[in-house]
Amino acid sequence: MQSWLNVLLRSVALFFIVALMVRLIGKKHPSRMPPVYYISYIVIAIIASMISLDIVENTVFGFIALGVWFGLLFILDYLALKSKWMSELVNGKETILVKQGKIMEENLIRVRMTGEELLRGLRSKNVFNLADVEFAIMETTGDLNVMLKSDKKPVTPHDLEWKVAPQAEPQTVILDGNILDEPLANLGLNREWLEEQLEHSGVSLDNVFVGQVDSSGDLYLDLFNDAVQLPQPKVKELLFANLQKCQADIAKYALETNDKTARKMYMSNAKKLESLNKELEPYLMR
Amino acid sequence: MTVGSQVKQTLSSLKSAQATMKIYAVQTRNKETADAFDKAAAITGEIIKDLEERLQTLELQEPQYKGN
Repeated sequence: MQSWLNVLLRSVALFFIVALMVRLIGKKHPSRMPPVYYISYIVIAIIASMISLDIVENTVFGFIALGVWFGLLFILDYLALKSKWMSELVNGKETILVKQGKIMEENLIRVRMTGEELLRGLRSKNVFNLADVEFAIMETTGDLNVMLKSDKKPVTPHDLEWKVAPQAEPQTVILDGNILDEPLANLGLNREWLEEQLEHSGVSLDNVFVGQVDSSGDLYLDLFNDAVQLPQPKVKELLFANLQKCQADIAKYALETNDKTARKMYMSNAKKLESLNKELEPYLMR
Repeated sequence: MTVGSQVKQTLSSLKSAQATMKIYAVQTRNKETADAFDKAAAITGEIIKDLEERLQTLELQEPQYKGN
């Protein structure tokens, strides 16, 4: 066999073998892997390239080596899933670097990290002030994760005692001017609904680059033609303003009328609307 | 503008609000949100009923403006 053909065939075959191996091992990102995996990947890559270029004298030996490295990696991965002890052995254990706002110097030394590096790691997590850190941990992959002191954490609606409407993920229903049927069906909608919405906004399907439906069922459109100003869905805000206006009106009628029963009726309805507004606010405005 | 026609205006905007709530109750994917809108639509319905009754009285009092 001609040598160039030999290399070609080997390379093609090995490409698919290695691709399959990587798929079997999983979706972990190389930089997020514990060192054992990382090294095994490199060794597998080197063996594969050596076999493919016919550098290994005996191809069978080459494949044995490849098989062993892959097999061990595979078995190790499986065992680590099954046993905590094994997983600690393979992956190592995370190390606490800052506890209750105090740096654990011994642990820093254990992970071979200088104070400078710790500060750099914190900065990359947007923490510039060590006083803000309550707890920091180095993961087995070498990532640094930080928990801030409770008064330095970003404010959440929960902190503000705000009720917010639960929201599901938006679904993309138009991409590049094409209707995507599956997400539409997931929403329980159909093409007719979408066409009606498009007609309502006065745009044709070809002009839409992206169309997304949010969890409340409103359609957001991005057009190819950016000169067109499209009214964004403001139905909820309008509804809220409308309800507020109604409430104010009814309260006004209550003041204007001389009829006692009517006044009572107006007052109670104004109150009802007010509490309704309060209840709907999270769903309409937030 | 007479009181009757003002009440009528409020009534119609309440009705449109109720319709919008009903639409949202149907098209939202979240059960909790749907329930909230359903409840709001029901309460709005009660208010609409009260106002409609009042409007009838008003129309009796101001028959010359009836149908405006």
